[in-house]
Amino acid sequence: MSKEQHEAIKENSMLIQKEMLAKQFKELSTATELGKKVVYTFVPGNLTELILSFDMLPVYPEINALQSGMRKKSADYIRDAEKIGYSEDVCTYVKCDIGMMLNGNIGPTGEKLPPPDLLLLSYTGCFTFLKWFENLERLYPGVPVAMLHTPYQEDGKISQDQVDYMVKQMNEEVIPKMEMVSGKKFDLERLSKMLVNSAKAEDLLVKVLESAKHVPSPIDAYFAGVYYIGPIFTAFRGTEEAVEYYTELWKEVQERMRLGLGPITPEGELKEEKFRLVVEGPPNWTNFREFWKIFYDMGAVIVASSYTKVGGVYDQGFRHDPNAPLESLAKYCMGVYTNLNLPQRVDLLEKYVEEYKADGFLINSIKSCNSFSAGQLMIMREIEQRSGVPVGFIESDLVDPRYFSYANIKNRLESYFQMLGQRKIIMKQVEAEI
Amino acid sequence: MNKYYLGVDLGSTTSKAVIINDQDEIIGRGITNTRANYSVAADIAREEAIYNARFSILKKILEKDMELNPEYRKYISDLESVFQYEQFKVRIDKLGEELLKTCNSYLTGEKRELMLENLRNIRKVIKPKIKHAYIFGDLGSKNQFFRDIVSELYNEEVNKLDNSLFEPLMTIWDKSISPAENQAVEFNFFELVQKAMEVLREKYENLPENMDDESVNFDAEINLLKGKFYHVSDSLREHIHKIAQLEFNITNMTGTGYGRALLPFPQECIRSEILCHAFGAHAIFPETRTVLDIGGQDTKAIQVDKYGLVTSFQMNDRCAAGCGRYLGYIADELSISLNELGPMAMQAEKEVTICSTCTVFAGAELRELTNLGERREDILGGLHKAIIMRAMSLIARSGGVFNEFTFTGGVARNQAVIKYLTQLVKENYGEHIKINIHTDSIFMGALGGAMFARRNINADLPNAKKTKEMA
Repeated sequence: MSKEQHEAIKENSMLIQKEMLAKQFKELSTATELGKKVVYTFVPGNLTELILSFDMLPVYPEINALQSGMRKKSADYIRDAEKIGYSEDVCTYVKCDIGMMLNGNIGPTGEKLPPPDLLLLSYTGCFTFLKWFENLERLYPGVPVAMLHTPYQEDGKISQDQVDYMVKQMNEEVIPKMEMVSGKKFDLERLSKMLVNSAKAEDLLVKVLESAKHVPSPIDAYFAGVYYIGPIFTAFRGTEEAVEYYTELWKEVQERMRLGLGPITPEGELKEEKFRLVVEGPPNWTNFREFWKIFYDMGAVIVASSYTKVGGVYDQGFRHDPNAPLESLAKYCMGVYTNLNLPQRVDLLEKYVEEYKADGFLINSIKSCNSFSAGQLMIMREIEQRSGVPVGFIESDLVDPRYFSYANIKNRLESYFQMLGQRKIIMKQVEAEI
Repeated sequence: MNKYYLGVDLGSTTSKAVIINDQDEIIGRGITNTRANYSVAADIAREEAIYNARFSILKKILEKDMELNPEYRKYISDLESVFQYEQFKVRIDKLGEELLKTCNSYLTGEKRELMLENLRNIRKVIKPKIKHAYIFGDLGSKNQFFRDIVSELYNEEVNKLDNSLFEPLMTIWDKSISPAENQAVEFNFFELVQKAMEVLREKYENLPENMDDESVNFDAEINLLKGKFYHVSDSLREHIHKIAQLEFNITNMTGTGYGRALLPFPQECIRSEILCHAFGAHAIFPETRTVLDIGGQDTKAIQVDKYGLVTSFQMNDRCAAGCGRYLGYIADELSISLNELGPMAMQAEKEVTICSTCTVFAGAELRELTNLGERREDILGGLHKAIIMRAMSLIARSGGVFNEFTFTGGVARNQAVIKYLTQLVKENYGEHIKINIHTDSIFMGALGGAMFARRNINADLPNAKKTKEMA
């Protein structure tokens, strides 16, 4: 196969995703005229299939915020939110989202987003979500709020009581409000059918993410990974389109593995994989490309990350179950990464370091994110002690460009990569001596 | 031929250079203040390290003679000082030219004439003062960088003049010092050392007969050398010529420090200062597992393994309060020199609580506390403790302290910092913790760099065999 053909195929999944998003935002921009109802909700522990089963359209404020960050709009939005009283320490996703609404609610494609008909507060792993939607409630007076409380995995497991508790909330709170807003009856069979698609896409996503176990890795499971998780973590889980996208993506990744190719970066293919890393924490969005470049310039590939598990830890076996729809939605919500307790997170990350043959473990600590940052130093120390790989720690923010200090981050990462490089050389010598 | 390796650490405040031989022994050290032109700073540090290395080779050759004849030691140490003066003289002349140039280009008419006259007068006073200070070793414990020494003397002279002259003279100074300092000056070691020998001869020929003369500190060594000067200088001349002509071949080099990317070094010769500090500290203290480095703008807590390799590190982000520059700022606030801070803080009877989160606020707090009647010493005690409290938090974040702990960086020369660090490390991690502070602490990064340079050629296990853990 020629290189041109290969590159054309490579781009196909990206094109598909682009089209999916364009269609989604087009639909949203015309929702009011078409009489479609809109539900605002969060990514971790989302009930996308349930929303779609009522023919309603989901909007994810976190995704809008990160898109605003990537489009360099977040600084202005945050400034506007601060002008009306939001403190410097408030989550920057919240401020960016509020600022976007204050500025006419223009979405990532430049089209206006519709106001919500329902605020579905799926309260999973992040206390700020609660306050965020209290604020949206004030911005959109009269819009009903449905609250779904996801119990934290304090004991490191999901009990039947917890599942029952969540299903009860769905039956008594979430579904009745959705029926009221959409004017449709809840259709269990339709939901069930969607979950068949969810599980199919989940199977494929896991294959893609696990391809990074291959040396050299055909993908970057963090910087490219955030694109791979896009459809399944948001509006497309449970749809045919998502299954098609992941089928295409998996085909491409298999081809890359067959050819022994490294991950694709914005500047082309990575020629040599020098370091394999596991990363904990979300990326920075305002300087995403610059941030990524520091890694690929040094030949560093992220082989596994916790961030690509915020919308579901599928690689540990969970699948949506068409035979127990509401129960599996409950288990899904409780199983997402930010709802795991700290020992579970450490276990998972340790497993990643081992299974993905990582040379190092790196944390990108987010200034304004409590749900990720709490416990990260403990996590780092545990991983260092258990796995013996060098650990690194950098700090930035989600969408506030004031907290991305390029020189500082580059300096730390350079030191970190040199640390890994030196270690490789010395360890080889030690082995040779023994 | 002997092989030498160079490490240059371009820090935010000072630039350091270290030369080692192929046994990892330091044979030359050079240090200067970092300035706008990084490559000049790096060159000065490197040249100084090479001169220093020549003198240390000389001392090594004469080791036995020096033991038997203390006058030899005196001659060589005098020669080193005068040699420094000879470099200083060239720089002060360049500065003089720059001052005149500035004056000519910014002023006209009578005012220009007046300023030129004053500048000449100042120069007439300063030059002999500096010469005397170098020749008779009177520089004291103050900062010894060119910029600091001349600006102190210039200020002193300007302050003696009429108030109306203050502003124009200081403006001329501000516009001249940086260009003068950023000029690359090439020295010929052989010529300079010969001039230095000449100056030294003058010194001993013209020593006052009266030993009560207060301008000279007559000690046993100076008296000894005085009687045997010609004999000593004749017997050393050949050795000195030899080391002056010694071909000094730097086999490999490494650049590090926060300005490393700007050093005129090839990419593969640039290394992170975190790795270099850890490697240097570990080379000198092989049992070290935790290194704290406090430099001009960075505080780094580094964990190393038995090979001296970094396993994790934490650095101050977003704010440099508590670093060397913080102390510099406080010294300016108190109008004392940086080197006086530590000794003054050691006189504290208590530590006044001071917030260390912001340098500028700490300055305001200091003024407020002085107004409230707190003693300077106690405020400084509090400030030094505050710095260490901040460092302790970084140490904790990096994983804490295990067995041996080494403190490096320019701030490790401050006695009060060492006092509070020792106190707090022992309080937090136990009395058994061994704390290492080397006299070369400020050169640790450059040393680590030089050691990396050596290993690039001769890749062997750094110190693995020296450590107990390997046994």
